[in-house]
Amino acid sequence: MSQSPATPLAPVVQVPVVPLLQLGTWVVFFGLLAMLAIFFVSADQGAISLPAGNAVHEWVHDARHLLGYPCH
Amino acid sequence: MSTARGDRSVPGQLSPAAFLVRGLAVGLAAGLIAFVVAFAFGEPYVDDAIALEEAAAAQAPADHAAPADHGEPADHGEPADEEPADESGMVEISRENQKSWGLLTGTLAVGAALGGLAALAAAAVIGRLGSLSARGSTALVALIGFVAVALVPFTKYPATPPAVGSGDTIGGRTASYFALLLVSVLAAIAVVVLADRLRTRVDGWTAAFLGAGAYLAIVTVTAMLLPTVNEVGDFPADTLWYFRRSSLLTLTALWATIGVGLTVLIGRLHDRAAADLVRRELAASL
Repeated sequence: MSQSPATPLAPVVQVPVVPLLQLGTWVVFFGLLAMLAIFFVSADQGAISLPAGNAVHEWVHDARHLLGYPCH
Repeated sequence: MSTARGDRSVPGQLSPAAFLVRGLAVGLAAGLIAFVVAFAFGEPYVDDAIALEEAAAAQAPADHAAPADHGEPADHGEPADEEPADESGMVEISRENQKSWGLLTGTLAVGAALGGLAALAAAAVIGRLGSLSARGSTALVALIGFVAVALVPFTKYPATPPAVGSGDTIGGRTASYFALLLVSVLAAIAVVVLADRLRTRVDGWTAAFLGAGAYLAIVTVTAMLLPTVNEVGDFPADTLWYFRRSSLLTLTALWATIGVGLTVLIGRLHDRAAADLVRRELAASL
């Protein structure tokens, strides 16, 4: 910050970043989990059923409507 | 200098896991707030819609082709003596449970998922969007998330209350909705990358406006190509609008909480990591 006035064109090393390769693993891992969670709230036992029945659909029914997902 | 550059990854304090933990915490809080908003502002109209649906069903009890009949036994927790549950895994859940614990389950799950994804997206862009600070980058991610994940799909396929929407078309409507959502999210990511590349030729604001324009063009064309859904029938327009307004309010509350919460928590996380870097740099220079 203030102690490096002589190198204005140098990369701003004071800004830490997350390495993209390291982040990619987490994005894949959590992306899959998040899609699964969103699937069960947004679409399960509507267009696709995993598992069969209507228990998941019925339980999250109001959230599905109010969060704007297509419902029956 | 080279030492500090080699340590840019700062293991520990600025790891993806630190972002994800904050994203999940903020997402759960956002889910809770979305639940409160949905319960207070949305549930009255869900109840109105179900009352209308049941009134329509009562008027045509034997007609299975009636518009209000979804062909789904036990939908909306109707009394068991009207439509007995059959043996194929069909259950009854009372309206009280649907509008409280069921709604809360849904908003918490979606909140945690979106909060975590937003935090990881912030981790990807922090320090990489020109001179934008960690807080600015995080707030921008939440804003883009709200537009791309909630607002744009809503404009083409707005939320519908119970009684609007046929069970026969749920497959096509679900496919259309998620197709638009997918295009919207991919386009948002693409234009951020594009705008970042453009910064070498034009200034930051121009790059941002060009990116926003490209995004709007992509989602507008996609929305025009996707099929239109109109299954409102003679559902009362005022109830429909109040329901949709409350749904949009719920989504806004969800994303606003994610945005504010993540900006605060990630901002602090980044401050600590930046101070750490300065200390290391100072120690290396001595």
